[in-house]
Amino acid sequence: MTATQERPADAVEKEIGRDRRRKEDQRLITGRTRWTDNITLPGMLHLAMVRSPFAHAKIVSIDTSAAKQSTNVVDVLTGADLGESLGVNINAWPITPDQVTPNHSPMPSDRVAFAGEIVAVVVARTAAEARDAAELVDVEYDELPAALDLKRSAADEVLAHPDLGTNKSAYWVFDSGEAGTGGSVEDAIAKARTDGIVLEREYRQQRLIPAFMEPRSTVVDPTGEQITMWSATQIPHILRFALAATTGVPESKIRVIAPDVGGGFGGKLQTTPEEWITWAVARRLGKPAKYTETRSESLMAGHHGRDQWQRLTLAAEKDGTVTGFKVDLLADLGAYVSLVGGGVPVLGAFMFNSIYKFPAYRFAVQTVLTNKTWTDAYRGAGRPEATYAIERMMDELAAEVGVDPLEIREKNWIKHEEFPFTTVAGLEYDSGNYEAATARAKEMLGYDELRAEQRRRRESGDPVQLGIGVSTFTEMCGLAPSRVLGQLDYGAGGWEHASVRMLATGKVEVVTGTSAHGQGHETAFSQIVADRLGVAFEDVEVLHGDTQVAPKGMDTYGSRSLVVGGEAMVRAADKVIEKAKPIAAHLLEASVDDLEFSGGRFSVRGTDQGMAIGEVALATFAAHNLPDGVEASLDSDATFDPVAFNFPHGTHLCAMEVDTETGALKMRKYVCCDDIGNIINPLIVSGQVHGGLVQGIAQALWEEAVYDDSGTLVSGSFVDYLLPTAADTISFEIDHTTSPCTTNTLGTKGVGEAGTIASTPAVVNAVVDAVRHLGINDIQMPCTPERVWRAINGAGAGGSTEGAAMPHFESGGATGNQEQPGTSSTEGAGS
Amino acid sequence: MTRISLTVDGARVSDDVEPRMLLVQYLRERLGKTGTVIGCDTSNCGACTVHLNGTSVKSCNVLAVQADGAEVTTIEGLATDGQLHPVQEAFRECHGLQCGFCTPGMIMQSVDLLNDNPKPTEEEIRLGLEGNLCRCTGYHNIVRAVQHASGQGVTS
Repeated sequence: MTATQERPADAVEKEIGRDRRRKEDQRLITGRTRWTDNITLPGMLHLAMVRSPFAHAKIVSIDTSAAKQSTNVVDVLTGADLGESLGVNINAWPITPDQVTPNHSPMPSDRVAFAGEIVAVVVARTAAEARDAAELVDVEYDELPAALDLKRSAADEVLAHPDLGTNKSAYWVFDSGEAGTGGSVEDAIAKARTDGIVLEREYRQQRLIPAFMEPRSTVVDPTGEQITMWSATQIPHILRFALAATTGVPESKIRVIAPDVGGGFGGKLQTTPEEWITWAVARRLGKPAKYTETRSESLMAGHHGRDQWQRLTLAAEKDGTVTGFKVDLLADLGAYVSLVGGGVPVLGAFMFNSIYKFPAYRFAVQTVLTNKTWTDAYRGAGRPEATYAIERMMDELAAEVGVDPLEIREKNWIKHEEFPFTTVAGLEYDSGNYEAATARAKEMLGYDELRAEQRRRRESGDPVQLGIGVSTFTEMCGLAPSRVLGQLDYGAGGWEHASVRMLATGKVEVVTGTSAHGQGHETAFSQIVADRLGVAFEDVEVLHGDTQVAPKGMDTYGSRSLVVGGEAMVRAADKVIEKAKPIAAHLLEASVDDLEFSGGRFSVRGTDQGMAIGEVALATFAAHNLPDGVEASLDSDATFDPVAFNFPHGTHLCAMEVDTETGALKMRKYVCCDDIGNIINPLIVSGQVHGGLVQGIAQALWEEAVYDDSGTLVSGSFVDYLLPTAADTISFEIDHTTSPCTTNTLGTKGVGEAGTIASTPAVVNAVVDAVRHLGINDIQMPCTPERVWRAINGAGAGGSTEGAAMPHFESGGATGNQEQPGTSSTEGAGS
Repeated sequence: MTRISLTVDGARVSDDVEPRMLLVQYLRERLGKTGTVIGCDTSNCGACTVHLNGTSVKSCNVLAVQADGAEVTTIEGLATDGQLHPVQEAFRECHGLQCGFCTPGMIMQSVDLLNDNPKPTEEEIRLGLEGNLCRCTGYHNIVRAVQHASGQGVTS
């Protein structure tokens, strides 16, 4: 055979680590896109939803007659009309065996449980005609009292679902004393009360809206042998399973396609009433049907995120050595237990101890049903909440002890030589170096200089004060080890699947079960496979997002695509090489044992004989001369199930200027040094970090889903829900240290959520740090100028933003540091 | 129905439209110009930005009948003779997009910004893009892309 050297290893730059420009971009920058809403099929019908204006009401009657008479309306259907063909929207993660879970019909016919819930669907020839007719559907409601406030709902004052008898859905506990991973937190607190420090704080995680840029859209075509659903979803595979499980259509008769999907951030990690209704209507009418939500519908009825109250008790020695941490959460589920549901706070349960060596830890969460939009994953899902709590508390401890916030962290964190380290939450952190990331971040910020400036401003009484915020975060990601998910009662596994197909022409098709929606998988995965097989980056085609093309997968969320899906790809590629080896040996008339594979080429040791893997692929395709008993295919599959999560970490530092006269905030500088192990594509990583940062910063400063006292979402449009713009944000300085992950081949860790998880406490710590000398230790998120001003002027954490129309908490009734202005002390609870 | 005639991406088109039809609906539903997308219903997001007689507009905020006789350029008509516009090229070069949904509007607005101000400062870029929302990039690399397209040095 030939001795061609198509791609000698030493002459070709490694793909991994290169800042490749993205393969995805050519289409996206020229408008050659396939968003679900772009799809038009012959005879396609358009849907419009009729939604409840009430948070909680009995449906007395629905009169569809006028709507049915409207121009080009094909049908108007209610829950009663569609009956069992509607299926149900499932909860895949009942966190306790006795979880109280309301039935979730996509379109209830008897009672609505949140404002925005669908009660009827109009089917017409055009979207405009459907919307016109939706206005004509006459629904008579009998309004019921609504459970809105989280704390009051937890006390069962008003029931979100009266038939259930309680709003309390599940109570989930992790206790290091009981689990054997640490001591008793109560003992630690008791001891600290006598001769140490006990800090008690209560923090609010406001409700957020994922607000992906592409509104959700679904097209269903029932005309083929298989029913096809296109959907703007992160989870085509889970969606297919859930359709089969709940609507009686065999899984093999369902094809789900996630075409171009315009962002998700967890917001498209859902199986939605809108998808189920479109499915049912298309099947009933036998015609293709499309539903695309308006932005207002998206904000009102797409799932929300966060929404917790966190009660925190930290025990420490007088020198600042933490001896125990106790976490009590209330988590608002909204009206239904969504796909992941109460699993979101549980994903944070193992992370409140973060990078620290706490000897005792207890976490408890009560999930609560209310008459508001359901909540589920939003970028970080549980881990931003945990990081916020502990990083705020570490600043509080530093203030109490009277040392720099970084010093108190270093006193308590895991030293780099102590890895692998098993935490008090029972997780084994494989690698990390908090000292190195922190040193680099300090240097990038100019930490010492800014501290000196802060002192000067304080001493001179400058009306503009400077604050420096610290967040030394870690997270667990790469969902996930199936065994662990099973132990946590999640309804599915966390493996990922990949196939590598060697085409006769030398091209390589890679199929992944992950489902990108902006992450750049086609580029990064091409780099991985190009290196592994020694083929050109351009010759690798990554296929995904269609259950007929990528039949197996667990989709994209939880920073899992690279660390789980990428590893599956590595293993499939390695199998290709193993399958090619005996064929190459046969063709080269050499022993398998004498072959080595490097740079895409099999060569015979000690000779100049060799052949490229593409040549082996062509010979295998021809199959004229294969060894006996060897199949004529190099194609290989792999399913990878990690043994552990992975644990990216980093140090984020933020400098904020606070105008103490007006409460105005200005971000002066934001730097971060993240350790995400080995990096495949630094350009894509930078994008993930920047975008993540702004989402986390937005929680700290701007965003909040606000309901009025009748349960109407008043921040239900982009006029009212404050998504940051280019003019609100600054440029960032980012860098990396590298502690390779030890539980996957490439040494990679997740990065998709890191920025969001880390940044929120860095910003709020900076704001509080700027005004701490004025006696302030808390400002509730979002830290609006009004709240900052109120805090400075002696009104506690700044109070709610709901205004006089809706006292969010009973005047003086609740305890805690984040209270209505004028009803609580300036210092907050427990300090 | 009202008859309108206009030029879209260099092609002359003529249709009967309902007076209430928005320009963005006309582009997407009648002409199949689905490169231009709809991201909101309050004119905040800018995803639907196109050029109307050489100036950027949010096409959800213009009635199709208002475009009668006009020249409209969408993201699909920005490249000429197979050559990407420098702003398109810059968005790819600087990783100024992730999911790509805001990108058509963001690019069209950036082109307009640079037409008005060929050498903008970072602050001028940020203010000039204030009417376009992006949820993926945190704007950092979008700002870099506009700097790059303007021929100015790009910081990290």
